[in-house]
Amino acid sequence: MRRHDTIAATLLSLTHAFGTALVSEQVARRPGLLQAFDPRVRVIGLFALVLAVILSHRISVIVALFVVAVLLAVLSQVNLKSLAIRVWLMVLLFTSVIALPSVFLTPGDPIVTFPAGALHITAQGVTTAVLLITRVETAVTLTTLLVLTTPWMQILKALRAFRIPQEVVMMLAMTHRYIFLLAETAAQMFESRQSRTVGVIAHSAARHMTTRTGGVLLSKSVELSNDVFLAMQSRGFRGDAKTLSEFRMRSLDYIGLLSFLLVGVVAVWVGRA
Amino acid sequence: MTAPIFEAKQVSFSYEAIPALRDLSLSMEAGRSLALVGANGSGKSTLLRLLDALCFPSSGSISFSGNPLTPERLRADGYDLWFRRRVALLFQNPDVQLFNPTVFDEVAFGPLQLGWASTEVIARVNSMLETMVISHLRDRAPYRLSAGEKKRVALASVIVLDPEVLLLDEPTSMLDPRSQSQLIDLVQNWKGTSKTVITSTHQLEIVEDIAERVVVLEQGSVAADGTPSEILSNGELLLRANLVHAHRHKHGDMVHSHPHLHSHARHEH
Repeated sequence: MRRHDTIAATLLSLTHAFGTALVSEQVARRPGLLQAFDPRVRVIGLFALVLAVILSHRISVIVALFVVAVLLAVLSQVNLKSLAIRVWLMVLLFTSVIALPSVFLTPGDPIVTFPAGALHITAQGVTTAVLLITRVETAVTLTTLLVLTTPWMQILKALRAFRIPQEVVMMLAMTHRYIFLLAETAAQMFESRQSRTVGVIAHSAARHMTTRTGGVLLSKSVELSNDVFLAMQSRGFRGDAKTLSEFRMRSLDYIGLLSFLLVGVVAVWVGRA
Repeated sequence: MTAPIFEAKQVSFSYEAIPALRDLSLSMEAGRSLALVGANGSGKSTLLRLLDALCFPSSGSISFSGNPLTPERLRADGYDLWFRRRVALLFQNPDVQLFNPTVFDEVAFGPLQLGWASTEVIARVNSMLETMVISHLRDRAPYRLSAGEKKRVALASVIVLDPEVLLLDEPTSMLDPRSQSQLIDLVQNWKGTSKTVITSTHQLEIVEDIAERVVVLEQGSVAADGTPSEILSNGELLLRANLVHAHRHKHGDMVHSHPHLHSHARHEH
């Protein structure tokens, strides 16, 4: 790809992100185990399991938690193939790069010695690397399950239920709401520029144009935020937004919450150092 | 004679150095429907924002039911809450108005801010979603909707407040003819005989359907005030206000021109 296609690649990524967000919403609407729980249970339960993964020091326990995550994915109608490509493979690639040096650098019993004799792969190093990879894979899988089975706005509502300040939750909601609109505007501005561009533009000129486009986008976002504030004011907003909590805990939610917490506590107990 | 619900006296307003309204005076009666027509930049949207007390005149005054609309008055004794319960504005750009996570939350936002009880909010919102035929969009994110659906949701979010006065800023812009017609029907059904509806538009073809009185704005001032038939038959005025264009064509060897107006029901020359 040519260097000046970087912006196009960025915009393509944004479009891909919109698609991913749409897929997430579709998964969230499917009838599944996690979807059946109150969003607050999903937030607390899955974060409890993530915490258990972080606090566990035994690979077998973390692998068991990974199996729990896969079972949850299956029972929640999450596509395992998509999960494998989008999460497991990507995490494996990135975490392996980080974990690789520890295989050689961690002191311990050598299991492989390279001919020069200066470089050893140690058993402790391999254990550390596997622990890191399984821990990250499991934690990211659990977090992804939360994101896939719970619309972003329900996660925010759940945070509000945990007494996270209204201003913070509203700011996150607004950001999520308008980031799509601004990204769409940016993509349209870029396309409009492309349609009026002939030939290859010098890198310096392209950078200059991108900076100016960024400035225009910033002005548009300021204008939009002013108008949004007026629209809120027009419907009675006076600085403290009142919201409706539609969440209701049923017996199934209490059973789910207890199960999540129980699995987490057992995992931490069994997996202690 | 009915007392004016809004009275604007010699109102001027500028965006920094750019004047939007100049010495505008206008009186509006309760329970009537009025169309503000004018070309882009004639001051329609600005006037609606002033009537909704979102900004205030740089000179002149505006009153609502005899009470002056000033920042001080709005801040005093919960007057803003009283005013917001009675006057609602539909913004031209629905993306500005749809800032909530779901369609349900969007429609519930206004009633909640105005202090309605939760049970009443839920009942009214559900009923409004049915009335506007958008119940199926209840849990959808507003930014994922089509232009027509966004307009419906935005309209539901203000009509649910059951205001005495509804201000509509270009309600049918960006809509296909069918959606335009449906939106007009929804507003007319809601309006009945007791509500005041003030609509800004530059689409002359909908004026007869939405208003009993038409005010033409030109460069921030009132250029004409009359019934739809009086205004729509004044070709010279419409041409001057940039609301119609001159249509040139040939009759045999003779070329002539005249104002050109399209309408839902007819296409007239």
